[in-house]
Amino acid sequence: MIISITYLYWLVGLILLIVGGMILLDREHPKRFLSGGFWLIYALIFLFGDHLPATLVGVFVIAMAVIAGAGGVTAAKARELTSAARSVSVERLGNRLFIPALTIPLVTVVGTLLAPHLKIGQMVLLDPKNITLVSFGLGCVIALAVACYLTRDTVTQSLRETRRLTDSLGWAVVLPQMLGMLGLVFSDAGVGKAVAHLTTSYIDMDYRITAVVVYCVGMALFTMVMGNGFAAFPVMTGGVGVPILYGVYHANPAVMVAIGMFSGYCGTLLTPMAANYNIVPAVLELPNKHAVIKVQIATALPLLLCNIALLYFLMLH
Amino acid sequence: MDAEFCIAENQFALMIKKTIADFLWGKFMENAVNLWPLVGVLVIIAGFLLRFNPMLVVALAAVATGIAVPLPWSNILSEIGTGFVKTRTLPLIILLPLAVIGLLERHGLRDRAQAWISQITVATVGRLLIAYLLLRQLTAAFGLTGLGGHPQMVRPLLAPMVEGTAQTRYGQISLQLRHKLRAYAAATDNVGLFFGEDIFVAFGAIVLMVTFLHQSGIDVAPATVAVWGIPTAVCAFLIHATRLFLLDRQLDRAWLPGNLPQSPEVAVAAAGFDANGISASPAELMQESKS
Repeated sequence: MIISITYLYWLVGLILLIVGGMILLDREHPKRFLSGGFWLIYALIFLFGDHLPATLVGVFVIAMAVIAGAGGVTAAKARELTSAARSVSVERLGNRLFIPALTIPLVTVVGTLLAPHLKIGQMVLLDPKNITLVSFGLGCVIALAVACYLTRDTVTQSLRETRRLTDSLGWAVVLPQMLGMLGLVFSDAGVGKAVAHLTTSYIDMDYRITAVVVYCVGMALFTMVMGNGFAAFPVMTGGVGVPILYGVYHANPAVMVAIGMFSGYCGTLLTPMAANYNIVPAVLELPNKHAVIKVQIATALPLLLCNIALLYFLMLH
Repeated sequence: MDAEFCIAENQFALMIKKTIADFLWGKFMENAVNLWPLVGVLVIIAGFLLRFNPMLVVALAAVATGIAVPLPWSNILSEIGTGFVKTRTLPLIILLPLAVIGLLERHGLRDRAQAWISQITVATVGRLLIAYLLLRQLTAAFGLTGLGGHPQMVRPLLAPMVEGTAQTRYGQISLQLRHKLRAYAAATDNVGLFFGEDIFVAFGAIVLMVTFLHQSGIDVAPATVAVWGIPTAVCAFLIHATRLFLLDRQLDRAWLPGNLPQSPEVAVAAAGFDANGISASPAELMQESKS
């Protein structure tokens, strides 16, 4: 294979290394050492993650969490193009501005579909185990080339913009991966087994409908606790989904996981743990922190019922 | 006789022993499920209630779970490290497009998107939000999740448009109603994003689901998972759109000229949030650029 997913890890590592370096050298950044250090550690994990001892990576992760917890990852003041200069650009480019943005999904889809035919000699062009992700990465690189060509800007400038966005997103970029890691730790520690034990010994799942309700409602509740469906998914699917819905009732696994994850998303709509969606609207100057969740309840609960019905009726497909 | 009896007795004794062993083993198995790892879940809840940084809470939960199992320190750290390295695919989807999106924003992608969206002239709050919901769900389904979001789309664009629409239709509106409309705008963005992105094959959740099933010995194509997300996505649209339609009716009843309630907050409302949705306070502008 010619383009493997490891190259994407290296690319991201390299980008983070540059971003971290830029922040470290920026004298105007309020916390350049802590912030810069945070991104540099993250870069090391991407560049050498496969070769570093797992214990050391664990220490790195704890260090990153401590830096984030101490408020060390803050953004510098952003320098954007002035609105006058921007409107000249908008005037010149018009709807062509959408082309690079649309290039990413286009290349992803085309790459995924054509992957089996893309060969040079005996070598497969795209990593067959990660076709979509590799196509997506390729799409980003091609889109960047198109964007530089259209805007007549440079790759260096795009790195400055990456730094601006990474800086403003902050540790929230790492949170999904942290939750994914927690999900794996939970699953190794047997949290799934414990949850499955609690549900199976107290709830009688001899009826298909009960098992479906336990899986969907469990996904929603666990997501509310974790703030993210990603961490709830391995627990509920490992505890109830695979052994009971798939093992006993022969559910179609694709239907099961798709609807299970969406049941988790109903939970996301209901929890303040999903701060980036439900609390960040503070930028809207709402006096009640939970105003958005209050609006979302009446959508999330009926949708959860729909999910239960859909899974029950579609699972045998 | 004796020998036979002995054998019978032995067999009987063995049988009893086996029954007792089975009983004890069964009891043991029942108790063998270790409930201590659930401590990690409690840490998550406590961490949230105490409003700690989510990243720190997640790390603490992982450590607490390890201690509860119990694992030695070096194993806890290596467990965290291994898990973190294994899940490196998740942030790729956030980090890789930043260079392109950043560059395009610098050249006015947002301004252009705003101009383009405002060409869709709709008369009511509900219809505007339904149109946005549809657009958000469809673009997210094509992987363009970055086109929305609270700081970059809802605050500068959607919320002011919704409030403007309400003002055109109902005249001056109360601050309370403004807050309600902003909450609806934010909620609509969330619903559109959540129930659109899971249909995009390269989205992290789909990668996670397929990887997890693969580890459990079940192989499923990512595209199949994406397709089976569509029924729920359609339900989500129908439910939320119905609510927005009902919101219109409710607003019409309460606010159409003739039954306009007199509110002392009306005057305050106009000052709070100007037409561009950007308030004058520099502190708040800082807050916006942070998130």
